[in-house]
Formats: sequence, structure tokens, C-alpha cells
Amino acid sequence: MIPTIPQSRSFRILYGGYVALFFLYLALPLTVVAVFAFNDSQFPSLPWEGFTWNWFFGEERPQIGVFHERGILRSVGTSAFVALCVAIMSVCVGTTNAFLFNRYEFRGKGFLYVLMLLPLVIPGIVLGISVLVFSSTLANGVWDMAQIDIQALRPGLLLVILGQFSFITTIATLVISARLQKFDRTLEEAALNLGADRLTAVRTITLPFLAPAMIGAVVVAFLMSFENFNTTLMLVGSDAPLTIAMFDRLKEGSTPLLNAVSLLLMLGSSLLALMLILFQKRG
Amino acid sequence: MRSQSRITFYLLLTPLVLWLGLLIIIPHIDMLLISLRERISFGVYETSLAQYEKALTEPLYLRTFWRTAVMSVLATALTLMIAFPVSYYIAKMAKGRLQQVLFLLCLIPFYVSELVRTFGWMILLRETGLVSNLLQWVGLADRPIELLYTDATMMVGLVYTSMLFMVVPLVTTLESLDDSVIEAGYDLGGSGLSVLREIIIPHAMPGIVSGCIVVFMLSLGNYLTPTMLGGKDSLWFTEMIYNQFIVRSNWELGAAFGFMLLVLSSVIVWGMLWLTGRTLKETMG
Repeated sequence: MIPTIPQSRSFRILYGGYVALFFLYLALPLTVVAVFAFNDSQFPSLPWEGFTWNWFFGEERPQIGVFHERGILRSVGTSAFVALCVAIMSVCVGTTNAFLFNRYEFRGKGFLYVLMLLPLVIPGIVLGISVLVFSSTLANGVWDMAQIDIQALRPGLLLVILGQFSFITTIATLVISARLQKFDRTLEEAALNLGADRLTAVRTITLPFLAPAMIGAVVVAFLMSFENFNTTLMLVGSDAPLTIAMFDRLKEGSTPLLNAVSLLLMLGSSLLALMLILFQKRG
Repeated sequence: MRSQSRITFYLLLTPLVLWLGLLIIIPHIDMLLISLRERISFGVYETSLAQYEKALTEPLYLRTFWRTAVMSVLATALTLMIAFPVSYYIAKMAKGRLQQVLFLLCLIPFYVSELVRTFGWMILLRETGLVSNLLQWVGLADRPIELLYTDATMMVGLVYTSMLFMVVPLVTTLESLDDSVIEAGYDLGGSGLSVLREIIIPHAMPGIVSGCIVVFMLSLGNYLTPTMLGGKDSLWFTEMIYNQFIVRSNWELGAAFGFMLLVLSSVIVWGMLWLTGRTLKETMG
């Protein structure tokens, strides 16, 4: 079943048809979401009432567009803030982890490595509740001891950030480790021979080599955080990130406003993803 | 180790230990402890297995637990069966530019939030949705039909959501299979089926295992798809965890549910690794 092996014509057509159907299946839901963002009606469904930009730019009820809808805009801001924090934190820890596992031999290394992988096989919702439970145990403990109520340990942005960080760090570690493994240690030794101290050698030789992987990890972490739902759902407080805000609206019934937000999300994340892919191809 | 390198070692070890300790290990131990207590009166708790007893004797809880497990296995199997021919096509049949474009097309939908994908299925399948309208227009139905809120719809959504995590590892392992090996299989008189069974599938095994593990995990832990696409009867275990924690504020029972889900997923993941003789490190790392 490779091109060099002759196959019957009907088999090839059947196979090609199956693959085409598969891609139709992939594209269908997203296309539908995108198209109905332009429907001039209160509902993202048939009948088609004509084309409109109102769900993006509309200023008056009943068609308030994305760019004038404060609730949505605020939640985009919240999501971006959370995603930025998570991306920076997870790439920092991911980098130190990569150096640790790549450069040192120590007792318990294999065990720690498996432990490091675990967050990937824990369901997101369980990660969420475990962080929720522990932080409230801490908060209650502090209250019992000193009568101080630490708001930061109650559901809210800090917990959302920590919850997402707890598993995105694993991915950042894997991405950065993969690149560090390809690094030629003799380059660093050459820098040391030329009189650089260890820190300078790492800063001027190793880190620039790692930069593409670190930037890649930042983008991946940002996207994963922005789109995370399960962990966030359990830890969210009063200011909801975008996915949660959209979920709440979707439960109440949807208007094409949600389609417009979704379309912008799609454009944004595919742009980021494409940039990442092109960037990595070059690097 | 020299003293300087020793200091660096501990500096590098600290973030790892803090992260795993404070965000993974201790929270899970805490969750276990909470699931093992029973509320006697206000602020008074006693250690007991009452929560697990409740979870294992209440028919609704137990049924949902097994249903979630079985449906997740089913979703994983379906995803594998749908993804395998496509991955093979991308890895072995398509060449050059087409191959890259097809692979990219597979990736892009998954950079989009799961919420958006689920929303797309709702628009397609609801009573006033596109599919219902299409069926009426063709004449296969004489009034609007509700296609949402059934197990089948939920399955469509689950398979869709985790497709990428099957396609990518499959394409990667299949690409590493040398064409000449397949040709040799045919030269030695193998039929298409026997080549598939004895050469291609064994070679793709690492990809199959890691794809299945990830897809199973994602299905088991999915909340959105069962909530939005599934019906009243297709309660998912994650929904019960959410209900106990957020709606009923019964953290003890919720923690017990969480632990049951964790144990179930670990058992199946380790079982799959053990059956195929692989380690977590090889599969994920």
C-alpha cells in the first residue's frame, strides 16, 4: 500500500474518498462556526438572514459586536494575563528542569523524571480539584492559627495560574529538553577554555542555542493556557477567563456573538500556530 | 561534584521539587485525606471510608463510573480506527508538499479551543441545525429532528476532540517505516492484509500506544463534550465531580470521586504500558 506498489483503481478512489471525508469531518464544525458569525439574526442557525458585520462591530442592542461587549473584552484580558503568567513561569521552570535532567546524574533521577511526566496523565479536572483542596486547607490552617484570611488562596486568578502551570510545565520541560539534548557540549567547553566562567558560557552559548525551543514553548504554553477549560473550571473565581465566560453564555443560549468571538479566536490561534511552525522550520 | 557545581545542582533541583511537591504531590495527598473523612457535625470530622462506601453502593455513582470508563475505551478504539488509515495516507501515500499541507490541516483545528469545536457541533446537530435542515431538504425527514443529547453525538464529539493526539504519533511512527520494508513484504508474497498485520502495525505500535493513552486520558477527563453534547442519560464522571464540588459543596465525596477517576486512569494507562512492555518515559518523553 505504497505508491510504488500497484493497487486497483477502485481501491485508490475509495481510499482517497475516505481521506477526503475525514478532512471534511475536521473542517465542518469550524467552518460552520465561522460562517454563522456573519448571520444577521439572533441565532447562529438557519435560516440565513443575510450578511452582517454587526456581531463584530455593532454598537446597539440587540446586536452588540465583540469589540463593544465589555464582558467578553474583559475576559479576553483576563485570559491573556493568565496565559502570559503561565507561559513565563512554565518556561523558566521548564528550562531549569531541562538542565537538571540533561546535565546531572543523581540518585532518584529516573524516579523524578517519571514524576515530572505524571501531570500529563492526570485528568485536568483532578489536577484542578487537588489544587483547590490543598489551597483551601492552607487558607483554613492560616485562619485557625492567626485569624488572617488569605484571599489569594481562595478560587481566583492565582489558583487558575498555578493549576495550569502545574501541567503545562511538563510540556515546556519536554520541548526544551529535546533541544538541549542536541546541544554539542564541546562548544560550552570551548568557551570555558577561552576564559569564560560557567555562567557566562551558558548565557552566551547555550541559552542562545536553546532560544528557538524556549520561544516555541512560550507560544505552546500560551495557547494551552488560553484554551484550557477543565482545570480552570474548578479554580475560577469571580473574574472568568474567556473559555469560562463563553461556556456560561453558551449554557444560556447562544447568539452569533459567540461565533464572532470563536472566529477571532480561531484566527488568532492559527496565526500563532502558523508562525510557530514557520519559525521552527527556519530554526 | 565540585562545590560550585553542587550549588548549581541544588539551585536547579529547587524549582522542580517545589513545583512537583506543592502543586502535584501534596495536593493529591491532601485530596486523599479529605476523601477519607466523614463530617460528623460542624467542623468535626472523623476518619472513615464512608465516602468510598457511598460511591460504591449508590447505583447511580457506580453506573456512571463504569459507563465513563467503557465509553472512553470505545472512543479511544474508534479514534484509532478512524485515524489509522488517514495517518497512513499522510505518512506513506502523500508526498512532498501535499504531505505537509495535509499534516498541517490536521494540526490547525486543534489549536482552536475545545469550546469552539463543541459549539460547532451544536450548531450542526441541534434541532434547528444544519444537518436537520439538510435532511428535511433532501426529504429524509419531514420535520426538524434533534440530533443532540444522545450517546452517539457525544461519541462524535469525543472522537473529534482527541483526533489530533492520535494522528500525530501515528504519522510520526509510520513515517519512520522504510518503504523498502513494505516492498519486501510484497516481494515475499505477502498480501496487502498480511503486510498490514505483520509489518505496518507492529512497526506503528509505539505510536498506537502513546496515541491511545493520550486519547483515553482526554476522553475520561473530558467535561465539555459530555455536558454540551450528551443527554440527560449520558452523565459523565467528571460532571459528578463538578457537581459535588461546586454545586453541592460536598468536598469529601467529590474528592473520593476524584481519586476514583485518578485510580481508573492510572490502572488503564499502566495496564496498556505493561501489556505492550513499554515505559511511561519512552511513551511520553
